[in-house]
Amino acid sequence: MSKINELFDSELRVINVGLESFSKELKMQKKAVVHVEWKPVAGGNKKLADILNQLS
Amino acid sequence: MLKEKIEQANQEAIEKLLKAQPTLIGIGTAEKDIPGMDKKTILHAGPPVKWENMTGPLKGAIIGGLIYEGLAKNEEEAAALAESGEITFDACHHHSAVGPMAGVTTASMPVWIIENKAFGNKAYCTLNEGLGKVLRYGAYSEEVIERLNWMEKTLAPVLKEALELSGPIDLQTMIAQVVQMGDEGHNRNKAGTSLLIRELAPSIVQTSFDNQEKSDVLKFMHGNDHFFLNLTMPAFKSSLDPMEGIPYCTLVYTMARNGTDFGIRVAGLGNRWFNAPAEIIDGLFFPGYTMEDANPDIGDSVITETAGAGGFAMAAAIPIVQFVGGTPQDAMNFTKSMYEITQGESESFKVPVLDFKGTPTGIDIRKVVETGILPIINTGIAHKDAGVGQVGAGLVRPPMKCFEDALEAFAESVGIS
Repeated sequence: MSKINELFDSELRVINVGLESFSKELKMQKKAVVHVEWKPVAGGNKKLADILNQLS
Repeated sequence: MLKEKIEQANQEAIEKLLKAQPTLIGIGTAEKDIPGMDKKTILHAGPPVKWENMTGPLKGAIIGGLIYEGLAKNEEEAAALAESGEITFDACHHHSAVGPMAGVTTASMPVWIIENKAFGNKAYCTLNEGLGKVLRYGAYSEEVIERLNWMEKTLAPVLKEALELSGPIDLQTMIAQVVQMGDEGHNRNKAGTSLLIRELAPSIVQTSFDNQEKSDVLKFMHGNDHFFLNLTMPAFKSSLDPMEGIPYCTLVYTMARNGTDFGIRVAGLGNRWFNAPAEIIDGLFFPGYTMEDANPDIGDSVITETAGAGGFAMAAAIPIVQFVGGTPQDAMNFTKSMYEITQGESESFKVPVLDFKGTPTGIDIRKVVETGILPIINTGIAHKDAGVGQVGAGLVRPPMKCFEDALEAFAESVGIS
């Protein structure tokens, strides 16, 4: 059995990063999932991200 | 090099904040004790705002303040005087003062005097009027003015004499205790009010006033769970002010709202305000009221969060979720998330359910902008019309624009564009 099929045969342990809707879908199917609230630096604002890069 | 300078400045600032020793030293009057105060000056909460841009609760409180001072006989006269330009309006924060909700402070009002014994600076705040129809929510009916007169003529003199008998009260220690008793010092002050009564009662009974007056004072304090709020606020104001003007410091030393705008000041940028329109509060409303009735966020009481209490200490005040909404887990999460945007932890305010970890303290504008996590504020909701009063309580966050603008200004101040 290939590694990938082994994975799908085992109990999945999922960490979801970013879009929360993916974790909600899994929860609705009663699968254990840990959601990591991740956003790009400064919400993706390049000017602010550049400033932060020089200040921290 | 620049990054090291910022780290050193922020460390210096947080050490100043953590070393603060706010102490209640007495009661004075606004005109006599608050710097730059006079009969025709009215102080208000938040950043400076012109009369024409004020919302209902602040306008109502100013009308009430002018009637209380005898400068106007009624609403029409007071509004005309306020519009005339004869009255100077200024932010409490520009006068070492803070005020809850509208924060209106006029010349004759008695004020608590707090001294930060570690640095010698003082802060001032009026005495809390209680709930219902009160000036700080913009009410100015006869009962409001009568209560203000009683506070000036009886409450303040009794407490002033009691304080002279008891001696100064160490507020840092008292607030540290109340955080372990379920208060967060902003929207829950039940323990603080109780401790204050316990501290002052033996001296109150020894004052020269008659028994009825002493009893009325004790009943008044007992009947108002927020009586202690007007002490936590100037305690934190006096603790934060020594941070002002520390070069290269990116920590916030003021957050405040005037009902129109939310404003912040950053230690390394001096007295400059960064404002954006105040938000509507998400919370639980008293029966008969909805979000439609709410005024935008108002009051200087967010000084508590600025110092690591209030919403930042919600995990220590879990019962408050029944007042502001949410679950006990939400309260824990709010406190935990604030560590992401702060420089350090309080050495005095410890959260029992987090293994007595100090509350998150010292908001860093860099961390707020980087993570997108805004400070959580635990607050009361004023009706948008003058004179109605409190209509609920809830949670709110500042506008991100305040922090983004401050960060850009900071970058410019250190030669980065």
